[in-house]
Amino acid sequence: MEALLQIAGLRVAFGGVPTLRGIDLTLRRGESLGMVGESGCGKSVTWLAALGLLTGRAKITGSVRLAGEELLHAPASRLDKVRGGQIAMIFQDPASALNPVRTVSDQISEALRLHRSMDHRTAVAEARRLLDQVGIPDAARRLGAYPHELSGGQNQRVMIAMALAGQPDILIADEPTTALDVTIQAQILELLRQIQRETDMALVLISHDLGVVSEVCERVVVLYGGHIVEELPACRLFDQPAHPYTRGLLAALPSLDAPRQRLFAIPGVVPNAAELPPGCPFAPRCDRRIGRCSEWAIELAPLDGDIRHRAACLHVTSEPPAGEVAAA
Amino acid sequence: MARFIAVRLARALLTIAIVVTFAFVVLRASGDPARALLSPETPAEAVEAFRRAWGLDAPLWVQYARYLFAVVHGDLGQSMRDGRSAIVVVAERIPVTLMLTVPALILNLLIGIPAGIYAALKRDSIADRLVMMVAVVGFTVPSFVLGLVFVLAFAVELPWFPSGGAGGWQHLVLPVITLGLGGAAVLARFSRSAMLEVLGQPYIRAASAKGVPWPRVVTGHALPNAAIAVLTIVGFMVGNLIAGTVLVESVFSWPGIGSLLVVSVASRDLAVVQCILLVVAAAMITTNVTIDLLYGMLDPRLRDLRSGRR
Repeated sequence: MEALLQIAGLRVAFGGVPTLRGIDLTLRRGESLGMVGESGCGKSVTWLAALGLLTGRAKITGSVRLAGEELLHAPASRLDKVRGGQIAMIFQDPASALNPVRTVSDQISEALRLHRSMDHRTAVAEARRLLDQVGIPDAARRLGAYPHELSGGQNQRVMIAMALAGQPDILIADEPTTALDVTIQAQILELLRQIQRETDMALVLISHDLGVVSEVCERVVVLYGGHIVEELPACRLFDQPAHPYTRGLLAALPSLDAPRQRLFAIPGVVPNAAELPPGCPFAPRCDRRIGRCSEWAIELAPLDGDIRHRAACLHVTSEPPAGEVAAA
Repeated sequence: MARFIAVRLARALLTIAIVVTFAFVVLRASGDPARALLSPETPAEAVEAFRRAWGLDAPLWVQYARYLFAVVHGDLGQSMRDGRSAIVVVAERIPVTLMLTVPALILNLLIGIPAGIYAALKRDSIADRLVMMVAVVGFTVPSFVLGLVFVLAFAVELPWFPSGGAGGWQHLVLPVITLGLGGAAVLARFSRSAMLEVLGQPYIRAASAKGVPWPRVVTGHALPNAAIAVLTIVGFMVGNLIAGTVLVESVFSWPGIGSLLVVSVASRDLAVVQCILLVVAAAMITTNVTIDLLYGMLDPRLRDLRSGRR
């Protein structure tokens, strides 16, 4: 199937400090993609850059093509149509992502007027239907509510309704459940999954929660230091992680049924973006690093000839490096 | 809402009572009106008679009780200088002062708020730095200095406007600008920071992400939120404007409340000073209540706090 969205060599630098170091990513219609990694690895920045939502101080290069049309540095009038109309985004903290002085109905119908050219009456009726669709009880009465009158979970449902208003082809959910209670988290994820099934919309779920991602998504990319270090089918995430970083992330999850033991932590800290080494960004923290790891950039390569599973690590792709010696 | 208004009203009355009491005590403790008004050669009997006539011979608490009784009955006393009712003396100056303060306030708002918003939207540009530089100068130079500079420049060196007094619109230009610029500078700085604060909020990015064109993000999403913070400053500024009026009226010999206050304090014209303070306190309270009501209109969160929901 033809790619709906194609990101190639996307680089972002803030004040000369690179945050994204060449992201290549394709998204097909109706698929669900998970993006995981620690804070600052570039998960959100990828999409903010793609939609032109970063401030003027960010230097962005590369290419983001939506159905063949280049979005990077596209005119504002064009981007306004894409945002919300073709690619919608929801954010981490729904309470602060909704305008506190405008009603729910007002904020949803704004998107409807922009992308579906509805008049006021039709827009309010459609806003009501959308609130119903995202499972807000007593939608008619909630239309006049302000965000502070709703709970966090309800606000996130309102955000989702607002994102659906433009009937987008892609929904980017940037840590949509991080700020919510665990029970509400499950409901919101279920809602996202259900909407994706019903509307054939592609879903990108950004999260640092590996469990959430493997449950909701078909495909997962793992980011580290502004690079994609591994890309794999979600079903393999827990069983066959290849990159030492992905393995480290999984090893750091506490186990419920295994005997109690010390929690594993990946040694070291995420390096400052300005001080990342050439070559593999994970090399300084990797227990399998060898001299060559830090020498040149390591490309994503298929594992065992399976193009669905790729990793950027000398040790796991093609032939293992000869004379493997752990560097001191 | 009814409870909110009742509380505000009670607080307003308490404030007025405190102002009245404070003025009463300070004025009488700081000098003798008989000494200030009568010439040094006045015979001692005449001074005594003056004191008796104005009730100044009674103990302070008796004077205070009499005064409060009179105030409650709407009598603010007579001016010691010309015997007319203090209310009349003050009331005839109010419109004269408003001729200065109202245009000055409008000037504040019309220059300060747009300049601040513009600077915030053009953050870190040359335009932003320029606006902020002018604003820093504008609010560090005291209004009486600015007034004197204006007189020297535009009344003495370039005789475009009169240097003082009241008359046609030409007389208004220099004092209104003097009074308006300082406030505009303060307002520009606050509007800028309020706007920057709001522009950094997640809901602004969310509005952009939804496809709202930038000009409408600014007018429809950012401004209504920034207005809440700017309103607070406008409230403070009305107070500053009243204080500034006293100075500016003196510099430009403008016959308003400010000049009257200066003369009345110097001559210990007790009833008039107290009446002015009452008027000023009432004006400040009215402003604050108006601003509180406007808050409720701008911010739905406050509306709920007041009506006791959530």
